[in-house]
Amino acid sequence: MRKFLSAFVVFWLIWSVLSGFRMQDVLIGAVVSLVLSFVVSRYLSFSFDFRIFYKVFLFIVIYIPVFLYRMVLANLDMARRVLSPSIPLNPGFVKVKTKIKSKTGKLTLANSITLTPGTMSVEVDEETIYVHWVDVQGEEKEEYSKEISGSFENILGGIFR
Amino acid sequence: MMDILVFFLTGFGALFSILRIILGPSVADRAAALDTMNVIITGLIVFLAHVFESSLYLDIAIIYGVLAFLETVVFSRYLEVDPK
Amino acid sequence: MTIIGYFFLLVGASFYALGGLGMFRMPDVFNRLQAGTKATTLGTISLLFGVGMLHPEWMLKILLIIVFLTITNPVSSSTLARSAYLAKVKTKTKKDDLKLLLNGDDDDD
Repeated sequence: MRKFLSAFVVFWLIWSVLSGFRMQDVLIGAVVSLVLSFVVSRYLSFSFDFRIFYKVFLFIVIYIPVFLYRMVLANLDMARRVLSPSIPLNPGFVKVKTKIKSKTGKLTLANSITLTPGTMSVEVDEETIYVHWVDVQGEEKEEYSKEISGSFENILGGIFR
Repeated sequence: MMDILVFFLTGFGALFSILRIILGPSVADRAAALDTMNVIITGLIVFLAHVFESSLYLDIAIIYGVLAFLETVVFSRYLEVDPK
Repeated sequence: MTIIGYFFLLVGASFYALGGLGMFRMPDVFNRLQAGTKATTLGTISLLFGVGMLHPEWMLKILLIIVFLTITNPVSSSTLARSAYLAKVKTKTKKDDLKLLLNGDDDDD
């Protein structure tokens, strides 16, 4: 039942944003998303309750500014590498440990790693993320984790558990 | 004037991705360049919505983005099989 | 408003150009993916935000496109990198901690 309600709300919101907020569009969207969520809700694996508002608020206020700042830094770094005449590279694959359990948290962490300076996540399993790094520095694994995912790990661990 | 500059820069990016598609030594290079070119074209369609003053192009951009993502995932599933 | 919109449009378009140039100049697949993904994601956010500034009545739809692209673009580049690794594409990589995982069992999911 909770899955059904979550799917209904998500479908209805997407329909309304895509088709505009006139009366007849919103009503047709309600009917269509009722039928669709009745069909689909058995196969879904997500559901949410009222804490979602709190989580989304935290996500927008705390996570998004840090993310945008790191992303602009990443792009300036990448522009410097691309535009310099001989490209400075020292690529390698490294492992990064993570403590986040939930699937959404892991997806967000992997996406953040991909969009921050010089790193790209390649493979995710239970508690490690495998990362391709353009410019490997240092030798120890703890250094890697701190360097690559430290700040995001703390923020996302607070939000997603 | 500004529109022409934006078109020029975007087309510059798309041109180099197409060069990489033609030159790329392996299939993975071509798939990566195709992914980049698809994202650039999605942005270009949204910019066309501004130039032609019509919000229909936004729907086209959404559908193009969904199809580009599916295309990349299908290509990479195909690449995973060892060619030997 | 118009000036800010055109500023974001120009920034986004120049990041697109940088992404294409990085895709052309970098030496192997993984570095190409890095340059392409980062530059085009920030370029898309900036250019779409610029169009939303010029036409404030489209802002909701444009935010939807931005959220969608910001989620799917890193995922697709990550799957491409994983499959390029599994297909053993030639690289210039010097250090490889990943051998433990990916040489054993190939496709189990």
